[in-house]
Amino acid sequence: MSTVAVPAERSARVLPGRVVASAASRLLRTYTVRRAAKALLTIYLVATFTFFLIRLLPGNPVDVYINTLIGQYGMSYQDAANQAAGLFAFHPNQPLVLQYLDYLRGLAQGDFGKSLLSRGTPVTRIIKTYLPWTLFSAGTALLISFSLGVGLGMVMAYKREGPLDHVLSALGSILKSVPNYLLAIMIVVFLGVQLELLPVTDMRGTLSPGTTAEFSLGFLLDALFHAALPIATYVLSTIGAWMLIMKSSTLATLEEDYVTVARARGLSDGRIQSAYVGRNAVLPLFSQLAIAAGFVVGGSVLIEPIFQYQGVGYVLLQSVLQRDYPVMQGIFVVITSAVVVSNLLADLLYSRLDPRIRITSEE
Amino acid sequence: MAQTMDTAIELTRPSASQQAVASVQDFFSAMRRNRAGFIGFLALSAIILIALIGPFLVPQTLPTDVHAIYEAPSSRHLLGTDSEGRDVLIQVIAGGQTIILVGFVAAAISTLISITFGALAAYVGGFVDSVVMMLADIVLTIPQIALLAVLAAFIRLNSPWLMAAIIALLAWPTLLRAVRAQVLSLKEREYIEAARLLDLGTPRIVFYEILPTMASFILMNFTIAMTDSIYAQVGLYLLGLAPLAGHNWGIMLNFAWWRGAIFFKNSLLYILAPVTAIALLQLALVMTTRSLEDIFNPRLREG
Repeated sequence: MSTVAVPAERSARVLPGRVVASAASRLLRTYTVRRAAKALLTIYLVATFTFFLIRLLPGNPVDVYINTLIGQYGMSYQDAANQAAGLFAFHPNQPLVLQYLDYLRGLAQGDFGKSLLSRGTPVTRIIKTYLPWTLFSAGTALLISFSLGVGLGMVMAYKREGPLDHVLSALGSILKSVPNYLLAIMIVVFLGVQLELLPVTDMRGTLSPGTTAEFSLGFLLDALFHAALPIATYVLSTIGAWMLIMKSSTLATLEEDYVTVARARGLSDGRIQSAYVGRNAVLPLFSQLAIAAGFVVGGSVLIEPIFQYQGVGYVLLQSVLQRDYPVMQGIFVVITSAVVVSNLLADLLYSRLDPRIRITSEE
Repeated sequence: MAQTMDTAIELTRPSASQQAVASVQDFFSAMRRNRAGFIGFLALSAIILIALIGPFLVPQTLPTDVHAIYEAPSSRHLLGTDSEGRDVLIQVIAGGQTIILVGFVAAAISTLISITFGALAAYVGGFVDSVVMMLADIVLTIPQIALLAVLAAFIRLNSPWLMAAIIALLAWPTLLRAVRAQVLSLKEREYIEAARLLDLGTPRIVFYEILPTMASFILMNFTIAMTDSIYAQVGLYLLGLAPLAGHNWGIMLNFAWWRGAIFFKNSLLYILAPVTAIALLQLALVMTTRSLEDIFNPRLREG
């Protein structure tokens, strides 16, 4: 149907209004723009969802907070509502639509309200303090696990049915199926407590006491020392997937005609492996990278508390357990946005590397 | 003459029970083709059996015994005792039921959502397809555990059904995309075209002609959905976001971890008990999918 419609549209008489409209629709059809629009929509929907979750659910925290202020501190309703307005970044007396618009305006300006527990601390400052640690540990882990997994996957494909392939395949499937928090627990129990190989209690936190954030080798090493266990957990729990996907992707690529031709042309094995097989086999893994990013950042909610690593995952759990709603809402929106943006970047990168994606989805 | 022919055919047709036996035999021989898959299937059956029957074989109430806190494994307590002096082995045996039940129900709900909407999206196409895929993409990008944590602040997850429903509502997008891709390719087959020419109607074509051919594919993805929902569920217990009442492996894990059993060398078996139980269940589920994959995709068998 659509293949018929396109030439018909082109042959129609060109009117000025139509040119603008078709330019706009062509722009909308370009992969990049559509993909970015979808990312924005996702962030907007998540922000909207959390707003209405906090505002509309029975016994919503805003009313509860106002009632505690009235009950415990004997404030007037007006004063209590004003104070709540400052903390939640919207005014509870206004009609819901206005509150919602206020909230969205605040979000756009980076205002997420203030913490209920550490009274008056802007949520933005909390995010700024904790987010870098999560991005640092999760990002490092993704990089290590991706490159290591891709390398091992290729080795497995080239040595297929050999003992190394069998061992790595079994290991990969086991690592892939055991939940990451169980791996984290095992690391602490065995390496930390039973064998006493790692000082797990010293490794808690993001930095050792007394270390200041500066660009120096000591700072970097200390940061890595504290992030080592979360990173190890993320690597172990994602590497199995990379190995297995890369293996099957490499095996599929080895069957391609251009590899046979390259071999017939007498190219060196090293060149075929890197430029012909490796590059093409790794392509499908980029779309998985986005999913892995979401998994690791979301998984930080589970892994960071286990190692007492103070990143956003740790703070999100604390804010949920202590019902610090503005912090919870802010961090959730930021975590989701981080995943959405990394998804967007991975997809755009993928479409650059593999033009087939752009073309088939533009139709 | 015609009548005798009919009865003759009637006589040779296997009875319903024989047919059932034959299909069960078929299933087993298909499962056995992949060794890892069959081991996984046997392990899974054993775990489910213990989880179902176990609770009837152990005492229903586990009294707190303050004189037996964190005991090392002994002949009385094979895996030792927990922070309240309760036997760990009994808790392991009794603690699988709800975990498996919630995992099963959550996987069933999310599978139902994904096959219904995935098949419809692929078959109807156009606007419906765009909306469903858009929704799936959005839910897929939201970090699941983070969202579950936020929801746990508002909803008390004290009923296993509620927990299953909430986990399921976040778990469908991956399977939906797989079902959609599968239906898109099946849609082009001749027999579906024939069904369309016969004007059998969309629901009939989707539910009677397309989906049954995908049975093992759906079962395979159901198993994967079950591992995902068990992961999320135990995660909620570990973080203390679900009420810690009763016995299950998730609650055991929470207590063993946060109450400090990890720092007692005597309690190694205590903390390993829930860890091993959950890890084995997940491994068994994943290995079972190997056999199902073989059944679904016969081309894999040669390799």
